[in-house]
Amino acid sequence: MVLRQLRRGVVLALLFLVVCGLAYPLAETAVAQGLFGYQANGSIGADGSVLIGQTFSGSAFFHTRPDPNNPMASGGSNLGPRSAKLVAQVKSQIAYWNRHGVKPTNDLVTTSGSGLDPDISPAAAYAQVPMVARARGLSIRSLDKLVASQIHQRQLGFLGSPYVNVLQLNQALSRIAGARPAGATS
Amino acid sequence: MQAAITIIVLVAVLAVAWRFLGDYLAAVYGGRVRWLAPVERLVFRALGVDPTAEQDWKTYAVSLLSFSLVAIFFTYGIERLQGFLPLNPQHLPGVTPALAFNTAISFVTNTNWQNYAGETTMSYLTQMAALTVQMFASAAVGVAVAIALVRGLAARKRETIGNFWVDVVRGTLYVLLPVAAIATVVFVAQGAVQTLAGPAHITDALNRVTQTIPRGPVASQESIKQFGTNGGGFFNANGAHPFENPTAVTNLLSIILILAIPVALTRTFGKMVGSMRQGVAILAVMTVIFAGTLAFTAISESQGNTAVHRAGITAQASGNLVGKETRFGTFDSALYDVTSTQTSTGSVNSAADSYTPLGGLGMLSGMMLGEVSPGGVGSGLYTILLFAILAVFIGGLMVGRTPEYLGKKIQAKEVQLATIGILVMPITVLVLTAIAVETAAGRAAPLNAGPHGFTEILYAFTSQGNNNGSAFAGLSSNTDFYNIAGSIAMLLGRFGVILPTLALAGSLAAKTPVPEGEGTFRTDSPIFGVLLTGVLLIVGGLTFFPALALGPIAEQLAAGRIWP
Repeated sequence: MVLRQLRRGVVLALLFLVVCGLAYPLAETAVAQGLFGYQANGSIGADGSVLIGQTFSGSAFFHTRPDPNNPMASGGSNLGPRSAKLVAQVKSQIAYWNRHGVKPTNDLVTTSGSGLDPDISPAAAYAQVPMVARARGLSIRSLDKLVASQIHQRQLGFLGSPYVNVLQLNQALSRIAGARPAGATS
Repeated sequence: MQAAITIIVLVAVLAVAWRFLGDYLAAVYGGRVRWLAPVERLVFRALGVDPTAEQDWKTYAVSLLSFSLVAIFFTYGIERLQGFLPLNPQHLPGVTPALAFNTAISFVTNTNWQNYAGETTMSYLTQMAALTVQMFASAAVGVAVAIALVRGLAARKRETIGNFWVDVVRGTLYVLLPVAAIATVVFVAQGAVQTLAGPAHITDALNRVTQTIPRGPVASQESIKQFGTNGGGFFNANGAHPFENPTAVTNLLSIILILAIPVALTRTFGKMVGSMRQGVAILAVMTVIFAGTLAFTAISESQGNTAVHRAGITAQASGNLVGKETRFGTFDSALYDVTSTQTSTGSVNSAADSYTPLGGLGMLSGMMLGEVSPGGVGSGLYTILLFAILAVFIGGLMVGRTPEYLGKKIQAKEVQLATIGILVMPITVLVLTAIAVETAAGRAAPLNAGPHGFTEILYAFTSQGNNNGSAFAGLSSNTDFYNIAGSIAMLLGRFGVILPTLALAGSLAAKTPVPEGEGTFRTDSPIFGVLLTGVLLIVGGLTFFPALALGPIAEQLAAGRIWP
């Protein structure tokens, strides 16, 4: 009895491998590439993927959260709420923002779950406006308007949190500010 | 407000799933769904199975163990050999033996515990042909066991409880594959990747940042990962990764997919035993526990993070954002992680390790209660039915009558089997946790100090012993000790419950139902719901309270507050 069931086990495992392990994902890949090629390949444009956070440095760009932004090593810090290391990290983030004349929001001093968060809260974007305005020689009002135009509201009106995609915001910024200012890159 | 609308929409969608998927499942496992009959016939011919021939519980169990054993070998073999196989654009070498073994067991037992980071360890072929395959297979096996137990409850004087091969094939063909196929497209439309091209190398024209971005056949795995309550992420960050869970819409879709089958099975159960009220009673108990845990966790997470507070950010109106994604925010994160730990999924969209102590406790509690609210696909229903048998036994003791459940007399043998099925998990979890904290190899792994480090260890074994797979991921568990101890936990947590459940199914099937009498304790009444909830809470609470007191409760009290 056992041998017969084992043989069936082998046959069924092979069928699963062919149907669920090859036919299904390959067919889905074909459909995905055909219908949503941009998304299926990672939403990648000239400046990288809008879904994967990038570290912008210098005060001429809006920054993401202080994530490592290393796509080959996704994940959070895993530090618990009583971790001394977490306290120290947040303190150094607060000090960093204070040096740039920014009153940081909660998300600007904490890291995300993916370590690749491409978004910040609208408040975090507004908080960075004075810093970017100074570096770019732009008015606060024009940048406030820019941020407002980049806010993604809750999906379907109730899902998730409103956010600003940092790459999209910086792309929009470079469109109104013209060329990249000298010294803006690290 | 936003949370309330989310809950209302979720409940409405699940009500529809309960109504239609519940009936559909009953029809599928009753052999009344035929739209893929030609395919089905070919498969049965290849297997040498007569779809009308049923098996007794022992043959059913041997078939299940045979399939699982072969599946472990297949999964292990592909992982080890991936360096020589195609679809490996990153030229990743074969997975090391201890890790490959742990991963094979993990995916075959529906656990999806991961001691590796997918983007740097597993080739596309391994992700597809080894891991995605077991996401289908282990889910189909779980539902099959639940259906077999329900058949045992519904049968009158029968030797058999169905045919394992038929159940697994039909569950996969008629339920898992079609839904996963459609959901995959939605995931991709929202931004999940689905490609065989290797990693993308990009240079940002704005600030000249360069990145290597891993990709792969992600969406096709994502859909079945949720629908089969598996939970294994393609990437290390799992449901927090923007390529796996790109938007709040995919976040809600994930939650719906996770809950659909476990919730619908309560209707399938009601239909098969001929009384919908029995199914509703079970669903009500599940709902109460789920809602309580969600409220507890979401409120706790909305209070902010003590470390961030101590560093100087005193106003955290957005809650505890450490380890959470901006696009989800605190509530959608808590909802996802609670859903994942109240089922056997274990996928996370936010880092459990960085939750508040009580938020982490909320996630632990779902697993410690045995994952019954509503639990994993199949495993949720069969586990809560074991508790239901224990509950009628306790009820019977109180009134001094031989207990019955659905007209079946519950005698010594049934109570013994149910008790074994219930106690295997806590014994496994607590013994292995004790061993880990007593050995240097076990103590070397936690990232965080103090009670939080203990919670990381406790969480690891609770998760694996319940085939959940989520983690307090600070634990460095890719070591021989954790790979092997974890494998033992996963095997016992899976087959240590399935075998007594199938034996119980066989024993119940052989009984003749007795007609309901004056003194029959009604198991479709609110009183039974209260009793069952009480039994769940008392068994889980008595078993795990001492361990919880050393972990999250100590951590919470150390912060100088009781709640929250």
